[in-house]
Amino acid sequence: MIPAPFTYRRAGTVAEALEMAAESGEDAKYLAGGHSLLPLMKLRLAVPEVLIDIGRLREAAYVRDEGGHIAIGALTRHHDLATSGLLASRVPLLAYAAGCVGDPQVRHRGTIGGSLAHGDPAADLPAVILALDATLVAQGPGGTREIAAADFFQGLYETALAPGELLTEIRVKRPESAGWSFQKFTKRAIDWAIVGVAAQGDRVALVNMGMTPMRAVAVEQALAAGLAPEQAASHAADGTSPPEDINATAAYRQHLARVLVGRALAQARARG
Amino acid sequence: MSILGTRVVRTEDPRLLTVGGVYVDDLAIPELDGAVRATFIRSPVAHAAITGIDADAARRLPGVVAVLTAADIAEAMRPDKPMAEPLLAIDRVRYVGEPVALVLTDGTCQGEDAAELVAVEYEPLAPVVTVADALLAKTLLFPAAGTNIAGTGTAGRADPDRFGGCEVVVERTIVNQRVAPVPLEVRATAARWSDGRLTVWASTQNAQLARDTIARRLGLDKSAVRVIAPDVGGGFGAKVGIDRDALTVAWAAYHTRGSVRWAETRSENLSGMVHGRGQRQTIRIGGHRDGRVIAYQLSIVQDCGAYPRSGAFLASLTQLMASGVYDIPGCGADYQAVVTTTTPIAAYRGAGRPEATAAIERAMDLFAGQIGMDPVEVRRRNLVPAQAFPYRTATGAVYDTGDYASALATVLAGAGYEDLRAEQARRRERGDVVCVGIGVSCYVEITAADAASGETARLAIDGDGSATVYTGSSAHGQGHATAWAMLVQDELGIPMERVTVIHGDTDAIPEAVGTYGSRSLQLGGAAVHKAASQVRDKARQIAAQLIEASEADLELDRDHGFWQVRGDPTTALTWAQVAAGAGEDGLEADVRFTAPQPTFPFGAHLAVVEVDTETGKARLVRHVTVDDAGVIVNPVLAEGQRHGGIAQGAAQALLEEVRFDADGNPQTATLADYAAVTAPDLPSFELLDSVTPTTVNPLGVKGIGEAGTIGAMPAVQSAVIDAVAHLGVTHIDMPATPQHVWAAINEARAAR
Ligand SMILES: Cc1cc2nc3c(=O)[nH]c(=O)nc-3n(C[C@H](O)[C@H](O)[C@H](O)COP(=O)(O)OP(=O)(O)OC[C@H]3O[C@@H](n4cnc5c(N)ncnc54)[C@H](O)[C@@H]3O)c2cc1C
Repeated sequence: MIPAPFTYRRAGTVAEALEMAAESGEDAKYLAGGHSLLPLMKLRLAVPEVLIDIGRLREAAYVRDEGGHIAIGALTRHHDLATSGLLASRVPLLAYAAGCVGDPQVRHRGTIGGSLAHGDPAADLPAVILALDATLVAQGPGGTREIAAADFFQGLYETALAPGELLTEIRVKRPESAGWSFQKFTKRAIDWAIVGVAAQGDRVALVNMGMTPMRAVAVEQALAAGLAPEQAASHAADGTSPPEDINATAAYRQHLARVLVGRALAQARARG
Repeated sequence: MSILGTRVVRTEDPRLLTVGGVYVDDLAIPELDGAVRATFIRSPVAHAAITGIDADAARRLPGVVAVLTAADIAEAMRPDKPMAEPLLAIDRVRYVGEPVALVLTDGTCQGEDAAELVAVEYEPLAPVVTVADALLAKTLLFPAAGTNIAGTGTAGRADPDRFGGCEVVVERTIVNQRVAPVPLEVRATAARWSDGRLTVWASTQNAQLARDTIARRLGLDKSAVRVIAPDVGGGFGAKVGIDRDALTVAWAAYHTRGSVRWAETRSENLSGMVHGRGQRQTIRIGGHRDGRVIAYQLSIVQDCGAYPRSGAFLASLTQLMASGVYDIPGCGADYQAVVTTTTPIAAYRGAGRPEATAAIERAMDLFAGQIGMDPVEVRRRNLVPAQAFPYRTATGAVYDTGDYASALATVLAGAGYEDLRAEQARRRERGDVVCVGIGVSCYVEITAADAASGETARLAIDGDGSATVYTGSSAHGQGHATAWAMLVQDELGIPMERVTVIHGDTDAIPEAVGTYGSRSLQLGGAAVHKAASQVRDKARQIAAQLIEASEADLELDRDHGFWQVRGDPTTALTWAQVAAGAGEDGLEADVRFTAPQPTFPFGAHLAVVEVDTETGKARLVRHVTVDDAGVIVNPVLAEGQRHGGIAQGAAQALLEEVRFDADGNPQTATLADYAAVTAPDLPSFELLDSVTPTTVNPLGVKGIGEAGTIGAMPAVQSAVIDAVAHLGVTHIDMPATPQHVWAAINEARAAR
């Protein structure tokens, strides 16, 4: 429970962070809120040689109305998302879901960028940005690029970010359909989701149902084909291979996915 | 007016909430300057032979002072009995987390780096993970013992034919699962050898017991060991005395003739500190269709973990309390305590009694279900009647005082039992997804089980008329300083804020028992009361001499703390004046209070649970209780104990379970996996009053520390089962996690 030794560097600007990353090479990691990285380091499952602290990049912590879309700085903390008036009115799904992450302490440290870059299928916000069909902005040595949420999550703890590339912004267009729902199923109030569902209109994404955060493709197709929500929900587990752990067997997770997608669709429609 | 019984807020809290407590790891005292840090190397496997330890690389790492193994421990300190526990593992490890070696480093955070360099070779042995495996005895943890059974016992009736006359007999095997105590302060110890004396700062509930154990295990004279308990951040029974790891740290200081300090991590705590419960119970209950129970057998297999610390003792308490609040002449109990390759088990809030209550209450529900009678009615028909006290049970307990029917009636009325049943019926009729369940438990428990050992107190009136209490009871969150000061104020008229309470230092308080088994107020508090009345008697003599009046004419004005001739304020003497008159010896009393027998608090709990039948998730929505612990000295403290107790009982019913995989690896060694209960998971508890004084101590008090846990666990479990009973579910083992409940619903549906 004590991390292995590492070198600590603190970046003052995005440019400095990128520079430090270029200098430090493969075994460097960005440190944002530290609430995913530090637990792994304490278990010595992550043993980075250099930590580049980006936690104080205030320039990258914001929620802004850019007209066509809402721009969210990658270093914005969950608490600030949860309490953002702009999000509450324009993207309530994200504000609400951010308020469901962990406990108040976690929400005051953890960042949306860290949550997405970590690529944990059990995390809440990745599914939310999938349901929102958001666009991610990354900066690296080669410049800035945009990545569609649907292309971002590539494997267990694996994302489309290249080594040294920094996630800087998340862009969310105004949802075409206003109805939304976030269903987080936990044992305790402060827990990670055993299964979670994010729905924005007819776009549905699942938490903790496989190696990556994922869209519930079969459900979306069923809805597109005109099936009623209850029937569409019965496809929630199609094509999933959820993990087994002390909280749930794979079969139980699949059952929960069907129940929760049904509830999410019903709530989203009621709100739409 | 007496201060006793009033809502005095805890005098401990301003310090704890502002500057904070000083726990072992916070100690910044000159005695510990330059102390080296200890880090344990722990077994990563459940069962293995140690075939080699190579620590050379670690010893060469800068900052490493020493790497100690069993080879460094003197022959005389090795355990002599077959199942006894060594300090560091000798030739064999028996659970994941067992201490194998100790790394001493200069700096705080180097220990784990050094530990990674120590190569321990393990030759795997078959793990023994469950009590069933232990009983099979294919693999023995202690071949020299020839068995995995560490103890057995029987109590009460044994004749199987007593079930012969029953119209209905129900039998079932249930699990009272292993749980972790999770004190906020993990284990921590600091030790210093200097000038021929070992001083140990320990996070303990009993400094004196810790001292005695250290002296015995290290072969030192008691006078050569001093144990100090600074602030202790929760114990729940798991910090009784001193455990093996802490003892090893004390040994390391002695062995190196230096200072060593250690504080474990949370993961070490979850797999290295003792766990609680861990019983497989077979309950057999028989009776008539009119609801009368005439025979009951509780057969226990107690999991002791790898070393039988107090496992067998816990099971014997379960056995003693088997029949609970019911008058069951044909009650018998038996136990087998077995060793498994898992973390050792010892006392945890309730320690053997919650297991008894959970078993009999489950049995009552099953019996009620079988004869189709309201479980409350079945209980009513079998309660020990109020006029039967003192009441001797078939298993040998003698209950002092009680009124079980009234506790039950109070809880039912307070909760609105009939309305709840009506709501349940409405939801069932409508076919609601979220069903409601009602669970009722009646309990009696034993507190101050070792009443005859008593507790010590020394009370001294200081020159300025203030009082200092040296108590043998050791506080770790209960509020002793507040309650003891109230007792002194009540007896002597010295205001609370002028009473200092000192505990947990064996030099200041050489003889004491300490805190466990809900014994503090009834023994330690009664001792303070006894010391105060002796001081009062002495003061009366002194005051009589000073005033030149007859003792019989004197009175103590308790509102102002004056001694005077009755009705004559012109003669008034302050406590300071009286103390000054005491001369050389001072004005003090040094006592031990013992009680003729334990006390038996009792009560009734009603839990209301909502179960989402689609997902299996159960939510506790109401919890109504009567916890009768006799006279209440301070309702704020008593309610605090009830709240915490209920929370931990509900937690075991719904959430908490220590799990191992088939190889004996812990699966709940972080707080992400071990589902310790948190405030948002619980409703506000509805606490009802009931006071049935005991006669075995002058305060009329019984213990309240564990009652909440004992009553809550079965009520909540029962409520979950009740919520889905209409679907055909008759039992769900604890914890009633969503997955367990969902599986039970599915099974019942499939069986239909
Ligand atoms: C007790 C606890 C409970 C939790 N409960 C939940 C929960 O219920 N739901 C949930 O979703 N999460 C939960 N979390 C995780 C929490 O939300 C984390 O804050 C989040 O997952 C990671 O954000 P962070 O800022 O802390 O990232 P860090 O831990 O600092 O970093 C995580 C990873 O992302 C990388 N990284 C961080 N920022 C960037 C960036 N801008 N660009 C590129 N790479 C980057 C880091 O190098 C690292 O590999 C919990 C955490 C804890 C400790």
